[in-house]
Amino acid sequence: MVRVSLNEQSWSCEIEVSPDQLVEVCGWLSTKLGYRFAGLIVEEQRSEWELYYVFCGDTEAGLVHVLVRQALVNVTFPSISARIHAADWHEREAEDLFGLTFKGHPRLGDFLLHNDRWQENLCPMRRSFDGHKPVIERKPELNWRPRRIVKDPGAFAMPIGPIYSGVTESVHFLLETVGEDVIRTIPRLFYKYRAIEKIAEGRHVNDVLLLVERIAATTAFSHALAFCQAVESICRVQVPQRAMVLRRFLAELERFRHHVGAIREICESTALIVAANQMSILEEELLRLTCAFTGHRYLFGLTIPGGLSRTIEDKACQETLDKTHRILRTLGKLEKMLYASSSFLDRLEEVGIVSAVNAGKYGLVGPVTRASGHSCDLRKDRPYSGYDTCAFDVPCELEGDGYARLRVLFAEVYQAVRIMEQALSALRDGPVLAPTMEMRSGAALGWAETPRGATFHWLRLDDDGRVVRFHPITPSFVNWHGFHLAAEKFAFQDFPIILATFDLSVAENDR
Amino acid sequence: MSKWLFKGLQTGIKTTRYPAQNEHAPGVTPGLPLGGSYNEEQTRTLARCPAGAFSRRDHELILDYRRCIHCFRCYRGVAGPVNWQSGFEWASATGPINGHMQMDQAFEHSIHILVVDAGDCGACLNEVKQLDNPFYNMHRLGFFITPTPRQADVMLVVGPVTDHMRTPLQKAFDAMPTPRRVIAAGACALSGGVFGPSFVCGAGLRDLIPVDVEVPGCPPPPLAILHALLVAVGRKPSSGLIPSIPHLREKEANTL
Repeated sequence: MVRVSLNEQSWSCEIEVSPDQLVEVCGWLSTKLGYRFAGLIVEEQRSEWELYYVFCGDTEAGLVHVLVRQALVNVTFPSISARIHAADWHEREAEDLFGLTFKGHPRLGDFLLHNDRWQENLCPMRRSFDGHKPVIERKPELNWRPRRIVKDPGAFAMPIGPIYSGVTESVHFLLETVGEDVIRTIPRLFYKYRAIEKIAEGRHVNDVLLLVERIAATTAFSHALAFCQAVESICRVQVPQRAMVLRRFLAELERFRHHVGAIREICESTALIVAANQMSILEEELLRLTCAFTGHRYLFGLTIPGGLSRTIEDKACQETLDKTHRILRTLGKLEKMLYASSSFLDRLEEVGIVSAVNAGKYGLVGPVTRASGHSCDLRKDRPYSGYDTCAFDVPCELEGDGYARLRVLFAEVYQAVRIMEQALSALRDGPVLAPTMEMRSGAALGWAETPRGATFHWLRLDDDGRVVRFHPITPSFVNWHGFHLAAEKFAFQDFPIILATFDLSVAENDR
Repeated sequence: MSKWLFKGLQTGIKTTRYPAQNEHAPGVTPGLPLGGSYNEEQTRTLARCPAGAFSRRDHELILDYRRCIHCFRCYRGVAGPVNWQSGFEWASATGPINGHMQMDQAFEHSIHILVVDAGDCGACLNEVKQLDNPFYNMHRLGFFITPTPRQADVMLVVGPVTDHMRTPLQKAFDAMPTPRRVIAAGACALSGGVFGPSFVCGAGLRDLIPVDVEVPGCPPPPLAILHALLVAVGRKPSSGLIPSIPHLREKEANTL
């Protein structure tokens, strides 16, 4: 049985298949039609499971949801990750949170919920599980040990984290090495698992928005934008023109600040201290500029369903853009100096290479995949918030090494300022908030190109505007999956540099 | 490489004069709402607080800064916005500093800090990172980041303390030599913030280990964190924004 329904308005298509056809249909979409696997959404309905496999194509191809239904008692689904490797971690996540089994998946369990803290069959995302109370009864695996892969003589595993040097997010790495070279890199994530999806359930949209902004604070505005767009498409609210333009302006300001921060991290990792300090001056200037402009250093509380929470004067935008230009000029000078510093480039060139084939196989997103020759960008592919009216390029590099990723970051900053300029000239007087916001029930997918890459927010609401199901697919979750590609078969001292060029957020991944 | 040296010299001094003088540059702090007496319209506004930070006592409104998450819903786009303060000296000591466990004067100008991320969203951690930039340059005050708890005098914790981080956090705290100080930074570390309490997050750090200095904010700006460090070593007075809880400190004094 295959049922296809087309939604021309949102340029998306839903294909309902039976479980035994799933692998074939998904494989056909990805290999024959060239769709990228974007994520897996699991919903527990009253009597059946609904699994949405989201595929994203370029502008004409649109979005495809492959839907599989099955009775609740039957928790076994076929695994598509043998055909589509990008689905690997999504299936592991569904297994850990819902207790689903994916037949044919080589490694399930001990992923989100660590087995040394929780029992394997807890399934916190099931409806019957109360997320507000602590879990008293624990049956952890007391003799849990990390899985070793390299068995060569002289091989040893070097554990790093979760608390390690400097001001770093909590993540654990197991580096398997035979001396100098790292053979295998196994990141152990989810130390920061805050269960945003679970605690969002039953809360009002406006309260969940607070959680969404705190998925990853450095890209808070883009995530809030994706979420608000999902709400707006459920409630069929038209966002006023001025709010759309200001959203573009603010999203690009955030991209500018985030990329300067990412470049600072790269300079820091190569121990080029003066450059790192110069970058951190610019980052702090941008943070202060953002705060003076909007009231908050990380753009919290600005975008709300229906528009923006406050109006912003044209004059303030103009002043912000002028200051941004000044910062961009300084950044341009630093860029030239960096490209002329051979000791800096030696540590980036041909380090942490991700080939175009691998980037496609793992479905990587954001600057990482654009440095490996894939020019995918949701602002072009699936335009939102009026990005289709802007003229901008998607910078792309082919080498896939650390240097290529640095060049992409720099090039994107220039494009961000270009979009800000166009937004300012497109600014017209008018309201910034839709006059009425009537809550409806329904489900929708919202998306945005965050500074780290594509994010998709799946949202289902009831009539009162309370969240029934919320599932964010974040760029860091996707890119952490592919991180080991870059961080293997390399000298141990390159590890922090590869980590910095990958620009990963643990908070965004762990949620 | 010499061009980088000249570039550095060319940039000049960016560093703030704080704590010798106050800092007034625009954008260093998002500010905080103020408690106090309010009219009817403002009181209605306060009912919108999603964090439940406001409570009423007689005719005064009490603001629980542990819960405030900077959502601006009592300030932006409402009929009666609350009073807003723009300062950043928010850190409060939970009891008398140097009361129960003397930290020698030698520590005043040289402390080593272990930063522990216990599940924050990245904002608090990024603000802690900014302390190293030329604007704040915390080294000039004798504050250094250390990678190991064995050398740490102060533990700076951000985040609501997720379940997976409880054991590493406890182990790091136990490994610290005494005398030691614990600073909880940000709404999450103080009250669980938007995340806690739930099945994976606690209701703040003080349920797990004794906290000496609390700094509110979501996130607290770098200068507020700097103020917290100065409070922890007794170089700045506590702001008193957060009422102290004496019994917690006594508990630690007994266990040592």
